Amino acid sequence: MRTGVMVAALAVSAVIGGAAIAAERQVTEQGITYTIVDEHAIPESLTGKPGDPEKGRKVFVNRKLGNCLACHQVSALADEPYHGNVGPSLDGVASRLSEGEMRLRIVDPKVVNPDTIMPAFFRSTGLHDVLEKFRGKTILTAEQVEDVIAFLKTLQ
Amino acid sequence: MSKTRWGVVFVAAIAVAGLATAVSATEHEQWPVPGYKSVQPQEGNPLPELISGYWFRTAEVRALQDDDFENPGFLWVERGEELWNTKDGEANKSCADCHGAAEESMKGVGASYPKWFEPLGKPVNLEQRINICRENNQKAKPWKWESEELLAMTTYIKYQSRGMPMNIDISGPMKEWWERGKKEYYQRRGQLDMSCANCHEGYYGHKIRADTLSQGQINGFPTYRLKWQKIGSLHRRFRGCNKQIRATPNPYGDDEYIALEVYLAWRGMGLPVETPAVRQ
Repeated sequence: MRTGVMVAALAVSAVIGGAAIAAERQVTEQGITYTIVDEHAIPESLTGKPGDPEKGRKVFVNRKLGNCLACHQVSALADEPYHGNVGPSLDGVASRLSEGEMRLRIVDPKVVNPDTIMPAFFRSTGLHDVLEKFRGKTILTAEQVEDVIAFLKTLQ
Repeated sequence: MSKTRWGVVFVAAIAVAGLATAVSATEHEQWPVPGYKSVQPQEGNPLPELISGYWFRTAEVRALQDDDFENPGFLWVERGEELWNTKDGEANKSCADCHGAAEESMKGVGASYPKWFEPLGKPVNLEQRINICRENNQKAKPWKWESEELLAMTTYIKYQSRGMPMNIDISGPMKEWWERGKKEYYQRRGQLDMSCANCHEGYYGHKIRADTLSQGQINGFPTYRLKWQKIGSLHRRFRGCNKQIRATPNPYGDDEYIALEVYLAWRGMGLPVETPAVRQ
């Protein structure tokens, strides 16, 4: 599986040629090693398979899990009350961002913007004074991250 | 008093907000509310204008705060007044025995805390100052944090400054505590990895779900929170904020919280004391 990622990434670099070699960085979290390409995207699924959009919708809305509506608005979820406006609307997000770009922005958005208010949903390191019961844990599991991505992909 | 000064604006704001509610039941009130008041910050304050949490709440909540008969925080003001006049401790003295009428002797006092306390070599907040007085002068046991008695006395004393501008002295040894509080304010913490500044400097006026983020000003504390169904201290609010971002809360009266209180009092300098404020 990981070898597959490497081969694919190298292939992309070869196509682009000498002008731009894709910079790859590997990160391990909760025993899962994933690859960030060009500090820009995580092209490969964290679980090696696609998520479930229906489950993703639930994780997205759940206040103890994604709670994404705390900050973002989604017209397709108009039946859910109280969408926040700290973050941008996610209507059409799948048309603006690739799957890999969405994945990095959920896993660790601070790679893209160190000053963002948005939490990293799949990073348990580099944090300060974490409440004991959450220490060493990520907000979402790898599977839940993939489910949310599958749901976001329905927002064309 | 402050009521007449702000009254006209309230009526206008309530009328407009009422109209907005009528237009759309799902669309909650948007900030800024028409006619909101702000105060010019002193030099060095990163905020462009200082806005009390009052203006981030709904017209109903604001109306509740403004009516001294309806405002539930006044139960603690009244209880505090009783305690002020009650003899206590081995010295069998009441606060009034030494300080006389609180309306006179405590006027402006609450607006100036936390204050440097030389015998301890550090600043103390109002709750701590009350307990020091109980121990040293009344020879009484200190009240527990968040006890009805300490909340009532703190509220009563702070109430004597209502309408007066927050005015803390950060000169001399207080500067170090101000620096420390500033560091706390900008420190990201918890599993959600957020600092006070992330929400209260960067996004005040924005919505987190149904709640409008305020500047996190402290001029209304102790504050009656509808969520608590009672009045609560600033440190209780700090602890709640910490837990919300899944960070470890500090103990009540902890040095870090005192430092943060010093810094926040400075950030709100000029805002009128609103105790007992009412918030959601």
